[in-house]
Amino acid sequence: MTTTIRLQREPFDVGAEAALLSGGRTDIGAVVTFTGLCRADENGEPIAALTLEHYPDMAEAEIARHVEEARARWPLLGVTVIHRYGRIAPGEVIVLVVTASTHREAAFAAASFLMDYLKTRAPFWKQVEKVSGNIWVDPKAADDVAADRWSAPPPRREAAK
Amino acid sequence: MKLLYFAWVRERIGLAEEEIDPPAGVATIGELVAWLTQRGEGYAYAFENPKVIRAAIDRKHVRADASIAAAGEIAFFPPMTGG
Repeated sequence: MTTTIRLQREPFDVGAEAALLSGGRTDIGAVVTFTGLCRADENGEPIAALTLEHYPDMAEAEIARHVEEARARWPLLGVTVIHRYGRIAPGEVIVLVVTASTHREAAFAAASFLMDYLKTRAPFWKQVEKVSGNIWVDPKAADDVAADRWSAPPPRREAAK
Repeated sequence: MKLLYFAWVRERIGLAEEEIDPPAGVATIGELVAWLTQRGEGYAYAFENPKVIRAAIDRKHVRADASIAAAGEIAFFPPMTGG
């Protein structure tokens, strides 16, 4: 399986990253991409930008662990996870998850699983710049609920070669 | 051992990292938080609600009852908001 995990400050080309995953291959039948973007508001208040702080070594290890977990659950042929840190302006990309498989079910499920875990378990913290000052974003209960749905032990498959 | 602090835990304590040598009776993450809380106002503010504080030992998530005996690097941070 092709795995790419990158944490970076710089913006990147979402389309190019997705194309890289399946380029030159004929075994992939489904590619799902999820792109998380910075909105211009937080709880109805305008924001100038957000800044993502992270714990670099742990973030990379946590994401790698969850990619392995996704591989154990679904027959994946490729995974790309790119997460930015630093200051991000509204409209810019924050995170990209690309999953590839022979069929769509595995690709959809794995992308959803990886995003739910990135939201709740990867060591990143968002701070938004509002007129009233800089505020750390509170975790959302809905994100925990979304992540919890994966915690029932799934039927394991043989690790893909 | 090395301690790392992130996001508002870091801001409240006023440090991103420090080396500490806790006394022998401090054996778990929960006990370490209690010990740190007594070190000053910033620590007390950072850990005022210990239930919301998350911890990692050597870059892995752990619970409050985890032993710190073999820890090289311990991190404290708020609930994560990535993605």
